[in-house]
Amino acid sequence: MWPIRWVLKPLVFLACLIPALHIGLGALNAAGVLHIGAVSLGADPVKVMLHTCGRWTLNFLMIALCMTPLKDLTHWVVWLRFRRMFGLFAFFYVLLHFSVYLLLDQSGKLGDLWQDIVKRPYITIGMLGLLLLIPLAVTSTAKAQRRLGRRWTRLHRLIYVISILGVWHFWWGVKKDIREPLLYVCGLTLLLGYRLWKHRQSLARVSVARFARTDGA
Amino acid sequence: MRKRSADPAKIVPSDITPYQQYLSRRALIAGGLGFAAAQSIGGFAGVAFGQPAAALTYVRNGALSVADAPNSYTDITTYNNYYEFGTDKSDPSENAQKFRTRPWNVTIGGEAEVTGTFSLEDILQPHPLEERIYRLRCVEAWSMVVPWVGFPLGDLLKRFKPTSKAKFVEFKTLYDPKQMPGQRAAVLEWPYVEGLRIDEAMHPLTLMAVGLYGKVLPNQNGAPLRLIVPWKYGFKGIKAIVSIKFTEHAPRTTWAGSAANEYGFFANVNPAVDHPRWSQASERHIGANAFGRRQPTLPFNGYAAQVANLYNGMDLRKFF
Repeated sequence: MWPIRWVLKPLVFLACLIPALHIGLGALNAAGVLHIGAVSLGADPVKVMLHTCGRWTLNFLMIALCMTPLKDLTHWVVWLRFRRMFGLFAFFYVLLHFSVYLLLDQSGKLGDLWQDIVKRPYITIGMLGLLLLIPLAVTSTAKAQRRLGRRWTRLHRLIYVISILGVWHFWWGVKKDIREPLLYVCGLTLLLGYRLWKHRQSLARVSVARFARTDGA
Repeated sequence: MRKRSADPAKIVPSDITPYQQYLSRRALIAGGLGFAAAQSIGGFAGVAFGQPAAALTYVRNGALSVADAPNSYTDITTYNNYYEFGTDKSDPSENAQKFRTRPWNVTIGGEAEVTGTFSLEDILQPHPLEERIYRLRCVEAWSMVVPWVGFPLGDLLKRFKPTSKAKFVEFKTLYDPKQMPGQRAAVLEWPYVEGLRIDEAMHPLTLMAVGLYGKVLPNQNGAPLRLIVPWKYGFKGIKAIVSIKFTEHAPRTTWAGSAANEYGFFANVNPAVDHPRWSQASERHIGANAFGRRQPTLPFNGYAAQVANLYNGMDLRKFF
């Protein structure tokens, strides 16, 4: 399957970098290094950088969560080969989101950051989501997967909790217009609901099988 | 003639234009009433975005202006909170271009001797215009400096002879979902309502703005008529006003009504009282230095010397 590894994967990888490229060029524009109107981030570039990175964190979490349902639907296993990349891009964008917040929005003041984490619930849960993503990113290698075995699967179920925290953070952060966070809530409900439904189905199958066995005995 | 105090906190009442000088300016500006005439024939009714807006005749009020450098025209006209035209900062400049500001009527009602519906030309006609460079502090913890053109709200209100029962003033924005796409979604209760206590409304700093950078106010900034109260958070500055009503009791204002724990009726800029979800102690200044440090927020947005006495004896933590 060399075309997947050497063609499709690199193309998807590059596509995932487009938002970061936009933010990077926009930042250079805002700093006066570049003068390209097309990548302008407007009057408040810091806010645009912050929100774009936050949105793409959620987008990549959602995309990563789509891979299993797509596999089930299409019976193509190839989807699962992209799951790690999307998960790691979620981590990449949340790190950018956090860096913009700390260095540009809060002028790098760690004391103010700590105050925000302690006093503001939406920042507390956002921060918790970021911290929980770290062990997943660290154990994303094939080697770690082999070494941890079944514990790896259990550990990586944290992605469900992290996605909920992320969407919740967005919901609580908006001033008034909740239409956009509501879209993420709907998407996440579908994606997590699907897993719950599948889990119940498999439980039902197991109990039917057991019943059948006892009946036969 | 241009005199600007380095620090607005140091402006003393004697710095404010004396009445005689004010009158002589009025005579001087009599020619400026051509402004009103130009309006009545719809001279700038159809100013399109990107085209130069019609120039206004005005006098600079240096005494009531801050010395800070104003933000660029582009910043001020593309970064707007005006939910009637959308909730993104760039929505108003994109969606308000076809907004019709002529003909325009303002209804005056409530506890006053003179009430009724007046054309915009009648509302504006007696008032000479002045430019004032004010700080603008948004409740979202960002700030700008804006050269408004307008006239004191108090001068307008006095014409309607408010009675002793007039303790508050209520303002309403136009409700027209056909022209204001944001009003088709229930993001806020429409129409937008704001209000001031009568002494706040009569304060010489409180401005009815009709212009920006010496030109007619762009639609996305609240044309044709908007309120500016520089010591309060920006959301108090109601735009596209169609109704002014004198009331005995405090009006139910839009943001305070939609989230009473987050937005108060007074909404005075106060670094000591945080928004429940973010700090108000500092602000990010929009402008040339996009990646500059946050600057500390000043009590009453730097206008404490002129307005703090309006709130003597009040617990500003309770009445935020």
